[in-house]
Amino acid sequence: MQAAAPQPRPLLEVKGLQKRFSGIVATNNLSLDVRAGETHALIGPNGAGKTTLIAQLQGELSPDAGEIWLNGRDITREPAHRRAHLGIARSFQITSVFPQFTVLANVALAVQAQAGHGFKFFREAWKDPALTAPAREAIERIGLSHRAETHAEDLSHGERRQLELAMALAMKPKLLLLDEPMAGMGRQDGQRMTKILQGLKQTYAILIVEHDMDAVFALADRISVLVAGAAIATGTADSIRNDPAVKAAYLGHGS
Amino acid sequence: MPDISKHAASPPAAVLAASWPILVLLAALALVPALSAAVDNPFLIRLFTRVVIFAIVAAALNFVLGFGALVSLMHAAFFGIGAYVVAIFAFHDFDGSPLWIFPGTSNLAVTIPLAVVLTGLAAALTGVVSLRTSGAYFIMITLAFNQMLFYFFVALQKYGGDDGLQILSNLDFAGLNISKRVTFFYVSLGVLAASLLFFGRLVNSRFGVILRAAAQNERRVIALGISPLRYKLAAFVISGAVTGLAGALWATGQQFVSPSDLSWVRSADFVVMAVLGGMARVWGPVLGALVIVLLEALLPGLTLYWQLPFGLIVILIVVYLQGGLADLFGKMRPAAGGGH
Repeated sequence: MQAAAPQPRPLLEVKGLQKRFSGIVATNNLSLDVRAGETHALIGPNGAGKTTLIAQLQGELSPDAGEIWLNGRDITREPAHRRAHLGIARSFQITSVFPQFTVLANVALAVQAQAGHGFKFFREAWKDPALTAPAREAIERIGLSHRAETHAEDLSHGERRQLELAMALAMKPKLLLLDEPMAGMGRQDGQRMTKILQGLKQTYAILIVEHDMDAVFALADRISVLVAGAAIATGTADSIRNDPAVKAAYLGHGS
Repeated sequence: MPDISKHAASPPAAVLAASWPILVLLAALALVPALSAAVDNPFLIRLFTRVVIFAIVAAALNFVLGFGALVSLMHAAFFGIGAYVVAIFAFHDFDGSPLWIFPGTSNLAVTIPLAVVLTGLAAALTGVVSLRTSGAYFIMITLAFNQMLFYFFVALQKYGGDDGLQILSNLDFAGLNISKRVTFFYVSLGVLAASLLFFGRLVNSRFGVILRAAAQNERRVIALGISPLRYKLAAFVISGAVTGLAGALWATGQQFVSPSDLSWVRSADFVVMAVLGGMARVWGPVLGALVIVLLEALLPGLTLYWQLPFGLIVILIVVYLQGGLADLFGKMRPAAGGGH
C-alpha cells in the first residue's frame, strides 16, 4: 500500500520478511507497517504464519531475510530482551505467566524488567513501591485488582489472559503484539477483553492476531490478511470485506 | 501483602511466623555442646558439626536448585576446592616451602576468604559453560565437571593424591584458636545462621525474583526484557562460593581432606538433602542434612544392611511429604514460589 502524501514514518516497518522451516515457507516476502496509535489486525487461516510473524517481531525467532524497523531503527538482529527495552511487548497465544507468583508479583517483574536494576540483592522486591505501584496501576487498568494477591496458577483462563495483558502494559511498550488475546475465552470474557482493548487503543500501537471477527472489526483501524506466509491484502475493514482475493482465499472459505 | 513499609524490613512478626521452625532448630543445635558434655560423649559434637556444615552446603545448593531449578551435581567439587585451599596452604606452612610464589599459611583469616574467592571463580568458569544448557544436559555437564575436578585432586601426588592430605600445622583465625571442638561447632553454626539469613534476603530481592521467575518460565522472562543467563551465573557463583566456605570449614574441622570429599556421590547426597528437607524454603535443606547425617550415623549400628531401611525412609518421606520435611510445618507452594 502506498501513501499519497508524505507521512511520518510508521512505528513498525516490516520489509520483505522471509522465514523457512525445513522447506515450509512460514513467512513469504512479507511487508507491513503499524503506525503510531494504530490498531492493526492480522487475520488468516490456521497455519498462515501469524504466530511465526509475531515471534520474529518480538525476537524469539530470527528471519532468514528481510528487515524489521522500529521507530526508524533497524532491529532485525536485536535479541528479544533488547527489543523489550526498545518498546515491544508481546502477549502469548498460549498463556505464559509465572504460575507460582501472585498477579501482583507477575506484573511487578514486568515493571522491574523495564527499570533494569536486576542486580539488587537485599531489598525485598515485592515490598518496593517503585515496583508495586506501577504494577497495581496496570492491574487496575486491566480490571484485575480484586485478584492482585492471587497466585497466577489459581486464576481462571480469562483472568490469566488479562494478566498477560497487564504484564505487557507494565512494560510501558510502544508497540503491543497481541497473539489471540481472546483465545479460549467464553463470549462474555471475550466481550470484556474487547472493551479493555478498546480502552488501550488510543495509548498504544497494537498489532493483534485474532480469530474472533467481531472483535477484529470492532478494534482494527486496518486489517492485513495473511495466507501461506504472505500478506495478500491490507486495508480498512470495509475494503477487506469486499476484497475479491480475500474472499476467495479466506472469508469465502466457510460461507 | 502489605507493601506499605517504605524500606526493606519485613514486619518482624511475619518473618518470625514464617521461620519459627528453623529458629527452634538452630536454638536446639546450640544446645548440642551442653548435651554432649552432660552425657560425656564428644562424638555428639563431631556428629552435629557434620550436620551443620552439610546443612550450609545443602542450603547453598538449594539456592540454585529450589529457586533456580538448576540440578547441580558438582557441589561436592566446590566443597572439595574450598577444603583443599585451606589444606594446601597449611601444608606449605608446615613444610616451609612456597606455593609457587606465595608463602604457605595456617591463618584461616587468609585461607577461608581465599577459598571462597577461588571456589567462586571455579563456579564462574564452569557455570559459563554449563548454564548454556538446561535440564538433563545441565546435570550431565555438572557431573562431568565434578569428575574432572575429582581426578585433578587424585592426580596431585604432592598433596597426597588418592590418600588425601592431613593438616599438620595448627590452624588459627588471625591468632584466635577456633579449632577447639566446642568453639568450632559454634563458629560453624554461626556461619549456617548467617548463610540462611543471606539466602533468605537474596531470594526475595529483585535478583532472587528474576532467578525464580526464570525457573518457572524462561521464555517469558526474556520477553519481558531480561536475559536470564547472567542472573543464573551470578546465582551459581554465589552458591558455589558459599559451598567453598563450607568446604574450608570442613577441612578445618577434620584436619584432613581427600578426593573422596569431592566424590560425585557426595554431590548426589547434597541434592537428596535439599529435596528431602524441602526445596521451597531457604531453610528446608537444613532438615534434610540433619536427617540424612543422623540416619547415616545411626542405622549402620543397627544393621549391616543399613542402606535398605535408609532408602525406604527416604522414599517414604518423599512420597508422603512432597514438599519435603519442611512441609511438616505448613504447606508451601513448590519450586520457585518460596519465601523465607
